[in-house]
Amino acid sequence: MTEHIEDPVRFIDERTSAAPLLRKSMRYLFPDHWSFLLGEVALYSFIVLIATGVYLALFFDPSTAKTVYHGPYTPLDGQQMSAAYKSVLDISFSYKAGLLIRQTHHWAADVFVASIVMHLMRVFFTGAFRKPRELTWLIGLVLLFTAFLEGYLGYSLVDDLLSGMGLAIGYGVGLSLPVIGGPLVLAIFGAPFPGKGVFWSRMYIAHVFLIPMLLATLIGVHLALVMARHHTQFKETSRHTQRRIVGVPLFPGQAPRSLALMFFVVGILFLLGGLIQINPIWQWGPFEPWLGTNGAQPDWYLGWLIGALRLMPSFDVTIGHYTLIPNPFWGGILFPLFVLGVLASFPWLERKLTRDHEVHNLADRPRHAPSRTAFGVAFLAWVFLIFAFGAADRLFVLFGLSYNTQLYVFRIGIWIVPAVLFFVTRRLCHGLQAADLAEARHGAALAEAERRRAAVGTGLESRGP
Amino acid sequence: MRVWRWLVAIATFLFGRRVRQERKRAKQREKRQEAEAKDPIVAQGSPERGAENLVVALLGIASLFALGFVVVYALFSPAGIPNELLGICLGMCFLFVGGALTVVAKRLVVTEELEDDYPEAHPGQQKEIVEIVRESGSRITRKRLLLGAGAATAGAVGLAAITPALSLGPIWDTAPLDQTPWRRGVRLVDEDGNPLSANGVAAGTFYTAFPEGANNEEIGSSLIVVRLDPSKLKLPASRANWAPGGILAFSKICTHAGCAVALYRKPTFPVIEPKPALVCPCHYSTFDPYTGGDVIYGPAGRPLPQLPLMVDDAGDLRAAGNFSARVGPSWWNVREAPTSE
Amino acid sequence: MRRSGLMAALTACLALGVVGLAAAQPGSGIVRPTTEPAKPSVELGAELYAGNCASCHGIAGSGIKTPRPGAADIAGEGPPLRGVGALASDFYLRTGYMPLSSPHDQPGPDRVLFNDKEIRSIVAYVASLGSGPGIPNPKPDSGSLAEGLQQFTLHCAGCHQVVARGGYVTGAVVPPLQSATPNEIAEAVRIGPYLMPRFPSSQISDAQLNSIIKYVLSTRHPDNRGGWGIGNLGPIPEGLVTWWIAVPLLLIACMAVGRRLYR
Repeated sequence: MTEHIEDPVRFIDERTSAAPLLRKSMRYLFPDHWSFLLGEVALYSFIVLIATGVYLALFFDPSTAKTVYHGPYTPLDGQQMSAAYKSVLDISFSYKAGLLIRQTHHWAADVFVASIVMHLMRVFFTGAFRKPRELTWLIGLVLLFTAFLEGYLGYSLVDDLLSGMGLAIGYGVGLSLPVIGGPLVLAIFGAPFPGKGVFWSRMYIAHVFLIPMLLATLIGVHLALVMARHHTQFKETSRHTQRRIVGVPLFPGQAPRSLALMFFVVGILFLLGGLIQINPIWQWGPFEPWLGTNGAQPDWYLGWLIGALRLMPSFDVTIGHYTLIPNPFWGGILFPLFVLGVLASFPWLERKLTRDHEVHNLADRPRHAPSRTAFGVAFLAWVFLIFAFGAADRLFVLFGLSYNTQLYVFRIGIWIVPAVLFFVTRRLCHGLQAADLAEARHGAALAEAERRRAAVGTGLESRGP
Repeated sequence: MRVWRWLVAIATFLFGRRVRQERKRAKQREKRQEAEAKDPIVAQGSPERGAENLVVALLGIASLFALGFVVVYALFSPAGIPNELLGICLGMCFLFVGGALTVVAKRLVVTEELEDDYPEAHPGQQKEIVEIVRESGSRITRKRLLLGAGAATAGAVGLAAITPALSLGPIWDTAPLDQTPWRRGVRLVDEDGNPLSANGVAAGTFYTAFPEGANNEEIGSSLIVVRLDPSKLKLPASRANWAPGGILAFSKICTHAGCAVALYRKPTFPVIEPKPALVCPCHYSTFDPYTGGDVIYGPAGRPLPQLPLMVDDAGDLRAAGNFSARVGPSWWNVREAPTSE
Repeated sequence: MRRSGLMAALTACLALGVVGLAAAQPGSGIVRPTTEPAKPSVELGAELYAGNCASCHGIAGSGIKTPRPGAADIAGEGPPLRGVGALASDFYLRTGYMPLSSPHDQPGPDRVLFNDKEIRSIVAYVASLGSGPGIPNPKPDSGSLAEGLQQFTLHCAGCHQVVARGGYVTGAVVPPLQSATPNEIAEAVRIGPYLMPRFPSSQISDAQLNSIIKYVLSTRHPDNRGGWGIGNLGPIPEGLVTWWIAVPLLLIACMAVGRRLYR
């Protein structure tokens, strides 16, 4: 069977000169650790997004033209709605696999961002963002924030009550940009909220073409950079060094594994799309600017912003009768920009603080970089607590914890808890290092004792400790 | 007999070449395999027929699930098709393919652990690149002039390129942000277009109202209307006659980020319970109708704009002017007086 | 003697006696006469009212605006009940909103502490205190789901959430409505209990109310054709599924395919 590939291989090389590249790529080495696969999970989620997205784009009508519904879902019969919302109702009710593909698409979006975050945490806590991989890190951050925007646009296109409220908030946050907010938002929306009909075309073309192209290009560059520098590795044995990479070759070792992972990701996403309902827009109803529902939330990856918007005390910053900084700016713009800034500048911050300008191809175990790990845990806790407050009203309903009490507790807690966690984590890392050392010494001592016992057994005297 | 020989001849003609090629290839194969056996590129491993059987079985199950998807799709109508079943068929199919590939990876392919060099920087080539660029400039005497001219042109071209973006919306003129359909005399109507009569506004509840004949969806259109005890109102002096009979109208669009102020808190026993308030469900900005919309909780930075009301001869509510302040989330000019003609 | 005079006299006597008893009782206990008649009656209602409600709602439903010192351990304060009619008393008692241990608690759906006969009796008594609306008779089947969803979204969803899962309004919890009966919904809309607005029939007609009730009843079993409904709350449970179901499964997949440190 394998004999028959000689002809195709010759065919390809004669026409493309690709044999040297293929030969080299086939034996490209992948350091083998499960946590190095998280980026691939994000990549495969992206592929599912593209595939399901193409299907949805064949049925979705990006039009705000008003229509009256007379379809199979009776609670909306006679209801006025946009053509966009109606087309999503049709996808959900009138096309056989439409709901499955829609739900898989939405779960894939949630999982795409979650896997990028997991991957980011792995890269951060193992120090894999250090030289020479700073550019890869920056591109990853741009990918993450672009994914936020892409998801937001995707679920806002549906024009349901929940996402419509979210779009109004996006408008308000855009307006809150000092000085330029008004012109910027009028440019994007074409008119004050809810904007001109053509705004829907803009969202649509951004979501199905412009941003996917950007994401695909950035992913391509990201992967090319990873391959050009080769992946980092843990120092598992003495063979793993800064200069020698140890790993599994792409072919035949890694290829079936990566393919298996792809099918697992796709399978899990379709199982979610079939078994767990997501965004049942027929229950929310169509959006109108004068309607609101309690408990409206953005998708999880924007939850940190609603938490920040709710936590901020009430004030606009004014100069005379000009409003320089409207309130939503703090939680909606400054907060995410600050997080992005800290993450983006971190490779250079760490380089400055540690005075370490070396190339690093070895990944740290988190315990071996106590200050970085502690900072990461503290920063993550800060963002996470702000994110958690976004659900405080639901916690009140479920557990009776007063919203107002939570507000004050969180306003203080988001500063105290990360500070405490910083010191605790650092101590923990040092403790783990000490335990490792003790275990290593113990192991060495055991080996020495074994050697002596063996020596005694053969009648040879040992010279003592 | 002749026919038979002709058939054999044709068969040999058609397939003989292939048979000869096969024999030649078989000989080459044997030679190659002998060479490879001495020094293979890929590490060799022992056969595992059990794993092969497992892979076939897993792929078989995956195929059954995939066909199951087709069957379910065909059997049911759009109204009754069970989403769970479709998802299970497709999802399990992919999971079993993944499982088969995992068996291939772990047991049918040798997991080699190889070494290679991490790529290093290439100082020699870096130097050559710099040299190439430098040497290419042998005919240039005023590099900075040329570069400056190029940069200026790039700037101008860039400006030209983004100029069409000015047509995206009324960028220079943010006046549209302030426009509302409300003027003195515009009648209040409900979502069905029926006028709101003053006597029809009961205390203890809230109404959503719109300007008659205008686009309900505009941010300056929707109102929330309540009736309070006029003796308890604490409106600013300039709004003393804005609430006939204690009926108050406010913009329904929250001044924080633009959601609809869709909650009304009405105490049954005001002695103990919190006082009436208009609340926004997005970030819980809370506005006090008694004082004309002041913020009493939550992150909104500006009070809710109030619309002056009057009662016409037919007893219907009409606007007595434009809002007390500009409507919607804040922007640079939001604190200027609202434009009204 | 005229009926109202007899009522007043009865109430006064019973109040004096039973309030004394109430003062000796623990604050949250229900006070009942030792023998109750078999059928509901205004007299029984008066006795139960005196023993359990008067400490906050005053004698004969006159209300207490400022707590009186020495009134046991309940600092009784409560709105007057004259003119609220059978409508309000039926609602508050059948949902368990009342009795309330402390006037500073938020009244909400709670255990119903009176039996049906006792509720009927108290309702009859409160209705007798002044003319007020009677117990409604809603017909949800005659309503339309589409009108119900539209009306509910406009008037109710801001507090109760569009699928009636409840929520928050500044200072109070808004209850979910899956266990509300048609009568309770009709009564609540007309009363506006606690912080809820009070919608008169000029704003929400009886026909529209039937539709709203029909819609609220349908929220017990919303159309979850997409699979497990995860509470019909939107992105919060969706995020929980992402991080507590999807991510663990994906981590397992990674560990199945990859290798662990030091094998």
